[in-house]
Amino acid sequence: MTEEIDAGMVARRIAEDGDLSEPAPGRNEVGAARRRKEDARLVTGRTRWTDNIQLPGMLYVAFVRSPMAHARVTRVDTSAARAMPGVVAALSGADLAGEQGSLPCAWPVTEDIVLPDHPPMAVEEVRYAGEAVACVIATDRYKAADALEAVEVDYEPLPAVLDMVKALEEGSPKVHEAGNRSYVWKFGTGDVDAAFRDAPVVIERTYVQQRLIPSAMEPRAVVAETDGDFFTLHSSTQIPHILRIMLAQVTGIPEHKLRVVAPDVGGGFGSKLQVTAEEVILLLLARRLGKPVKWTESRSEGNLTVHHGRDQIQRLALAADADGRLRGLRVDLLADMGAYLMLVTPGIPILGAFMYNGIYKMDAYDFTCTGVFTTKMPTDAYRGAGRPEATFAIERLMDELADELSLDPVDLRRRNWIGHEEFPYTTVANLTYDSGNYEAATDRALAVFGYDKLRAEQADRRERGEPVQLGIGVSTYTEMCGLAPSRVLGSLSYGAGGWEHASVRMLPTGKVEVVTGTSPHGQGHETAWSQIVADALSVPFDDVSVIHGDTSSSHKGMDTYGSRSLVVGGIAVVQACDKVKEKARHIAAHMLEASPDDVEFAGGTFRVRGTDAAKTIQEVALAAFAAHDLPPGVEASLDSEATFDPENFSYPHGTHLCAVEVDTETGATRIREYVAVDDVGNVVNPMIVEGQVHGGIAQGVAQALFEEAVYDAEGNLLTTTMADYLLPSAADLPEFTTDRTETPATSNPLGVKGVGEAGTIASTPAVVNAIVDALRPFGVKDVPMPCTPERVWRAVHGGGS
Amino acid sequence: MIPASFDYVRPASLEEAVAALDGAGEEAKVLSGGQSLLPLLRMRLSYPSVLVDVGRLEELRGIRDEGGHLAIGAAATHDEVVRSPLVNAECPLVALATATVADPAVRHRGTFGGSLAHADPAGDLPAVAVALDMEFVIRSSSGERIVAARDFFVDYLETALAPGEIITEIRVPKLGDGWGFHYEKFHRTAQAWATVGVAAAVRVSTQGGRHIEEARVGLTNMGSTPVRATEVEAAVRGAELNGQAGTNGSGGGGSVNGHPRSQEGAAPGNGNGAGSAPHGGPGPRGALRQASELAAEGTSPPTDLHGGPGYRRHLARVLTYRALGTAARSALGG
Repeated sequence: MTEEIDAGMVARRIAEDGDLSEPAPGRNEVGAARRRKEDARLVTGRTRWTDNIQLPGMLYVAFVRSPMAHARVTRVDTSAARAMPGVVAALSGADLAGEQGSLPCAWPVTEDIVLPDHPPMAVEEVRYAGEAVACVIATDRYKAADALEAVEVDYEPLPAVLDMVKALEEGSPKVHEAGNRSYVWKFGTGDVDAAFRDAPVVIERTYVQQRLIPSAMEPRAVVAETDGDFFTLHSSTQIPHILRIMLAQVTGIPEHKLRVVAPDVGGGFGSKLQVTAEEVILLLLARRLGKPVKWTESRSEGNLTVHHGRDQIQRLALAADADGRLRGLRVDLLADMGAYLMLVTPGIPILGAFMYNGIYKMDAYDFTCTGVFTTKMPTDAYRGAGRPEATFAIERLMDELADELSLDPVDLRRRNWIGHEEFPYTTVANLTYDSGNYEAATDRALAVFGYDKLRAEQADRRERGEPVQLGIGVSTYTEMCGLAPSRVLGSLSYGAGGWEHASVRMLPTGKVEVVTGTSPHGQGHETAWSQIVADALSVPFDDVSVIHGDTSSSHKGMDTYGSRSLVVGGIAVVQACDKVKEKARHIAAHMLEASPDDVEFAGGTFRVRGTDAAKTIQEVALAAFAAHDLPPGVEASLDSEATFDPENFSYPHGTHLCAVEVDTETGATRIREYVAVDDVGNVVNPMIVEGQVHGGIAQGVAQALFEEAVYDAEGNLLTTTMADYLLPSAADLPEFTTDRTETPATSNPLGVKGVGEAGTIASTPAVVNAIVDALRPFGVKDVPMPCTPERVWRAVHGGGS
Repeated sequence: MIPASFDYVRPASLEEAVAALDGAGEEAKVLSGGQSLLPLLRMRLSYPSVLVDVGRLEELRGIRDEGGHLAIGAAATHDEVVRSPLVNAECPLVALATATVADPAVRHRGTFGGSLAHADPAGDLPAVAVALDMEFVIRSSSGERIVAARDFFVDYLETALAPGEIITEIRVPKLGDGWGFHYEKFHRTAQAWATVGVAAAVRVSTQGGRHIEEARVGLTNMGSTPVRATEVEAAVRGAELNGQAGTNGSGGGGSVNGHPRSQEGAAPGNGNGAGSAPHGGPGPRGALRQASELAAEGTSPPTDLHGGPGYRRHLARVLTYRALGTAARSALGG
């Protein structure tokens, strides 16, 4: 079933007219473009961002960071710093060596993986510029910053290891004693040699996924406190639950004596899916000093030490028949781990391993990933985590194949994609896509985009040899969302499961509290969960509040990443609501002196079928609280909880089309049209979906055109400020035209698929494909990312090289 | 990002400001809008002993018509300059370039004199200052002196200002009738500094065929100081115009710096369309293009993440061609 809606227009109308935010009378909350109930406090800052927290006697921490990529630390002298005004303590890595442990990696992807020790503060050796070597604790942050300059550190330089290919060569300087190869992970299905043998067409390409710096609006911040027995850590984190477990294991503080709070968190994009050195050290400092301590990073400190994203070299080969039918795909990745393996560092490229075939059918597939150590900041999850890389690779290859065969890139895709009648379909990567309709999304995108007209304009510009050429980029993507079936994670050697938890309680006055194990940091869970509960229990949207992010109130959960919250956490909420209703039905039946089988629930009221005898759910809640006369075996209060573990991933898909004008004289590019038709299944809140798609596209466009973390030949990060690490603003982006098709997921009762990463995954290849398409007459077959004006100009200048 | 500690004074008058600077020695810094200085302090790239805040001195604000020139107060904000009817009427190039500085928030705080005193060759105003031969009125305890723009910019972030000196106003000569203007800024994002920028003023005559009588060209970010492209100015004098010159990437002629535009096969042909003169050949557009080819002469552009010297030289040529063309069209009223 596919329903067509002009999603962008609906969302714009809602934004302009507040009344439209409410569903029409009698209509469901789910599907209404509710304005987000959390936004007033978030955008006014009248909330608890971690850095807003002030505690009596609080001390402030600042870190001395290595100015060298690789060096032996021969001396750290903190005595002068300790004598500075306001300084309470100054500690080196050696001072904490006995208690700081090693930062955890929860995803050792192979049995023989090299998993080096990772002290939160370097003791003997630094392995990336920015690694903490000492810290200063002072009575205010200004005194702490001044005292940093008084800490003396002697370094004995060691060779930097910056290039992944060279790092794997015999005789390369080593990042760790065990060598620069962390692991080799292989996967494959079918007979790939047969697929390539005698293949009429083989496209071989090497693409570079540049290193990116996640740039959440709120910098990282940590506050730690203790009463001498019990510890509380506030952190701007995506993962309070996982963090609590990991911190207990690293520091030895018993888990039941440790509470972790993620207050309101201003964005993460994966960068706050981490157990950071600073979180561990602040906890240790609170224990050592007995005072609350706070650390908030500066943006430059963040660019150096927030875990980075992507950084892969993709060596690819695609075999096809002469008519364009795909035969097989070989993927050989080098993935830059950076200097250490952090929480899920090794697993990020593996998350992409199942997605390189995209939406296409083929006979055989072979995937190898080599994890490589370098003397750079470790990499880890960044919006899309493995899937953007995979999607970029296959969507770029499809355009290259189309060019090779002189086929229209959309036609080539049609010849290869899974037909809507073929679902459920088990792919060459052994995933079973439950549903989808690539034809519908693509046809809609082509119509909205005006594909034929733009192709005609392109031909005209080519014909006339205009300096500004037009290119059209196609990206038909899918992704795996809803991390994740626990059994699948187990088979991939991941350290935890992928379930999610929710509890729902109706209070004596009929209001509802939802406790979720998801940990929103911008996604709007408070609004979306309220809509789900409002429908499930027939209560007003405003009568629902959502509690999250504090391990003392939300006692179990797996947190938020991988577009999992709605698809896993939202389903847990639905199931908890079902249990609450069932309990209420029994109580109502008892109150109405009827059999539960004769009581039906509709419009917020339990009614004995065929009679006027009825109780509202609020009346039932009060009775359940009073507990004066409950049926036998029924416990007081109206609440329940549920844990959901998905059977399968969900598979959003869509078609993104991008038209780019390329000034061949300067290399400047301008996105003229961008059309995104996404199929994320059923939609709980179209405005939230719209926001996720817009932000996602912006982030993907940013990889295509603007962002790159650059280290110099000595391993110093050059992009430490926003002047050097370019993030686009609204002024640099076009109007996005968004639309949707809705093919419900069959794997969950809401029919939802997840939308947090779709835009980022789809947009990067759409933009680069458009630029290359514009320049094909010049013999250009690739422009490395980011496609800066200079690189575009050089591609024009140098032709295909 | 926390600056090292410094003293701060906010004098109530220019006289007090000069006295404060005089007593503070070499490590004093004048603080005006703070949009360039504060980032340097926060990154601990500058360690002033004292900041003398002149941002609120009314004496340093305002824009006056002095007959032959406009006098722009050193502490006039960029936004005031952009919105000034006087500047727009008499020295439009100043308004055009200032409107491209950073973003609205910066333009509301940052000041005209502060930006020039910062002397960042990537800033937009220094190139305009040298193109228009602006003059800097400079005050110290020993009196007032006037420094021409060509002598003011000494090196990267370095000016003719001596310790104890402060800019009070900037004089912008009025060029008179018949001029057209354009500031062509090439940057990667809206808020980014210019990779290269070209400030152009062109006087066009319609006597005996439309041609350029005089041109002023200043280059942004093509060296450690703003560059006056004097060779272009000399070469373009007398260039005839046919009304289509230098259209932004749509009517421009010629090849791109050796790129084989007319190669066989599918490559797009010459940007002029069929029958037009190729780059460097005879004809009116050739003259403008040929003059623009001199834009990078004598420059030493920097290397950074946004471009190397070769690319910047190329951009200077292309952008000069476009800026001259647009300025010429504007002189012709189109």
